[in-house]
Amino acid sequence: MTDHILRMNGITKTFPGVKALQDVTLSVRRGEIHAICGENGAGKSTLMKVLSGVYPHGSYDGEIHFDGARCAFGGIRDSEHAGVVIIHQELALCPQLSIAENIFLGNERARRGLIDWNRTNHEAARLMERVGLRENPTTAVSDIGVGKQQLVEIAKALSKEVRLLILDEPTAALNDDDSAHLLDLLRGLRDEGITCVIISHKLNEVTAIADSVTIIRDGRTVETLDMATDDVTEDRIISGMVGRALDNRFPPHEPAIGEEVLRIEDWTVHSPSQPGRKVVDRASLTLRRGEIVGLAGLMGAGRTELAMSVFGRTYGVRVSGRIFKDGRPIEIRTVQDAIGHGLAYATEDRKRYGLNLIDDIKRNVSAAGLPRLARRGWVDEREEYRVAEGFRASMNIKAPGVSSVVGKLSGGNQQKVVLSKWILTEPDVLILDEPTRGIDVGAKYEIYTIINRLAGEGRAVLVISSELPELLGLCDRIYTLCEGRVTGEVARRDATQERLMHLMTKGQE
Amino acid sequence: MSAALPAGRRGLPRKVPRKYVPVLVTAGLFAAMLVAGGLRYRGFADGQVVLNVFVDNAFLLVVAVGMTFVILTGGIDLSVGSVVALSTMISATLLTGHGWPAPAVIVLVLAIGAALGLAMGAIIHHFEIQPFIVTLAGMFLARGLCYTIGTESIPITDGTFTALAQTKVRLGGGLWVSPSVVVALVVVLAAAYVLHHTRLGRDVYAVGGGEQSALLMGLPVARTKIAVYTISGFCSALGGVLLSFYMLSGYGLHAVGMELDAIAAVVIGGTLLTGGSGYLLGTVLGVLVLGLIQTIISFEGTLSSWWTKIFIGLLLFAFILLQRLISARRG
Repeated sequence: MTDHILRMNGITKTFPGVKALQDVTLSVRRGEIHAICGENGAGKSTLMKVLSGVYPHGSYDGEIHFDGARCAFGGIRDSEHAGVVIIHQELALCPQLSIAENIFLGNERARRGLIDWNRTNHEAARLMERVGLRENPTTAVSDIGVGKQQLVEIAKALSKEVRLLILDEPTAALNDDDSAHLLDLLRGLRDEGITCVIISHKLNEVTAIADSVTIIRDGRTVETLDMATDDVTEDRIISGMVGRALDNRFPPHEPAIGEEVLRIEDWTVHSPSQPGRKVVDRASLTLRRGEIVGLAGLMGAGRTELAMSVFGRTYGVRVSGRIFKDGRPIEIRTVQDAIGHGLAYATEDRKRYGLNLIDDIKRNVSAAGLPRLARRGWVDEREEYRVAEGFRASMNIKAPGVSSVVGKLSGGNQQKVVLSKWILTEPDVLILDEPTRGIDVGAKYEIYTIINRLAGEGRAVLVISSELPELLGLCDRIYTLCEGRVTGEVARRDATQERLMHLMTKGQE
Repeated sequence: MSAALPAGRRGLPRKVPRKYVPVLVTAGLFAAMLVAGGLRYRGFADGQVVLNVFVDNAFLLVVAVGMTFVILTGGIDLSVGSVVALSTMISATLLTGHGWPAPAVIVLVLAIGAALGLAMGAIIHHFEIQPFIVTLAGMFLARGLCYTIGTESIPITDGTFTALAQTKVRLGGGLWVSPSVVVALVVVLAAAYVLHHTRLGRDVYAVGGGEQSALLMGLPVARTKIAVYTISGFCSALGGVLLSFYMLSGYGLHAVGMELDAIAAVVIGGTLLTGGSGYLLGTVLGVLVLGLIQTIISFEGTLSSWWTKIFIGLLLFAFILLQRLISARRG
């Protein structure tokens, strides 16, 4: 009988309105590296949060057995006490504190209530040696790179006598050297008897390092594969990850594609927090009038970063590349420039970045296009009211009136307000980032209809989406992005979920 | 705008939109204080008592108008009290010490106030520093500059200023207000118009509602932020001019803590300290409530004036809790 250190049985976790996990099973053998794969939103991170007690016992259904004992973790402290440590994608370090202080944060080496600095720094140095981190323990975490910060997290886990280490996308933000070092380190930890669960989008890493892999799709376990006995290839994993049903959730769309309207060439963007890292790397895209173009990519591929850096450099540093509008080169330095050149960008986080939630519909609708409604600074409020009422009718925004506060509307209606706002600026190119995120099925259909209408009016629409069926159902052409590079361009008739997922995970075709 | 009201109304709207609730609460409080005062004290119900609240607080009203702009963007301006004092000081020394004509003095003082505000706004925006610390520095700077002019109070004997101090604008029925009240009301009306009918006003609310989203909508966030501190600086200087009409002196210790009175008035008036929501009418009511507390304490006679502070403190607690409840229900 196989010796399992962890068994999760029948895990079901519900959020208001959404079943994030449904009857998920996960069994991890002692001393192995176990990978978890799945699309964006499949439920991987939720499962790990259930396991590590971020979602406490009782907020989900199902059983967790760790090391033979049934667990009911009430919080992270409980799970860490049992030896389960999770390292999140966004590292949880205090940047101003030293490496040693971070390693022992919440677990200080103290004598009679006072920190024993000798012991702290001494033990930190030993842990740092174990993870291959050659730095002074008193160096501030903000002064070392992300790759090394990741190692600090692992050293911190080791200081807690970790037995099951969970890493959520550990290499997503790392360069190749740092990634290779991290994977070596994980192999070393496995040899010391520490079990690892690793969530990763990088399938080449998964096949290289994992002993077994569990695939999750739409909140359910699809299968668990053993690398040693099953013949596991990247293709095999991809076919498990995709394969979501394509249903008739999309309005018919007859494209009438015209001239090229926007061309982006050699677009390169560096991360503002790690200036050496390219978030977008020599990406080139073309959009034509009347065309709906998809941009597919997994988390961290650089989709939003690409869109925002084009839209008035609202993201990134050291942005370089060329933009052509209607064949002529243009400069876009600010959002005003972008709007002036006929660009619009509807953000993926509409609540935080797309709307003024405490204001009403008409003022949100008019916000970006206000120059059109104002003369010498004075707003023509009659006209504003008329325009907003017009959008309420044409976009079917369900609200008692245009003076209703936007924060109270449903997600679908909020998105219609965002779209109205941009349509008022009469854009030639609309970039819609996750336009149907958090929107129910009926409203999604309405949003798709609006997108079709926008294209029908001769505008180009670039849709960024994590849902492959959505891109396949909506777009005339789809670009794939992987680690900041455009890795493929697939026409509607050639596009399948498998093909796209290949390009999204593999790199250059 | 009947379309703005919820459906199914009969006569009066069934439900008041939540964004008006804080202003209405303040208005109700003001009315209740008037009624209670009128019942308790002889002579309180006289209309002149209310008008005196305006007369005694005209300068605070003007300062609070500027503060409203700043707080609506989610910022804060701690320098206003010191700028008021500096304005009285510059006015007094130029009028009394150098014999400048009153109009030139007023123009110069207003320009200095606006320039100080502009400088603070530019620092806040371009260096991305919290408004709290920048305007705290401005507060020390302006207060300190008062003492480079003089450490003693400087009396103002200029004809124009004394005339303005003593003129009564008669309203009929024996009621009157000072010219300062007229100035303050003009400022309030102009500011309300700017806030609600111009692009600048829209941008102020949008920046307060979310600076990032305002940026992504292509709104001129930089210009707006700098503009509100300039407006606040201008209003502080104007408040200082009105205060020198009222006091007929310039002094480095004038208006100590007025920034806090102004903030209190704005918050009691229902403007969210996090920005994006609030009305100038609320600020006017907030100033009136603060003034009326003082009036009631003085009518009471036996209470020390420190009770004013206690009541203001309690009111502030109550209003901040109210705001919290409203924004919590909104989420």
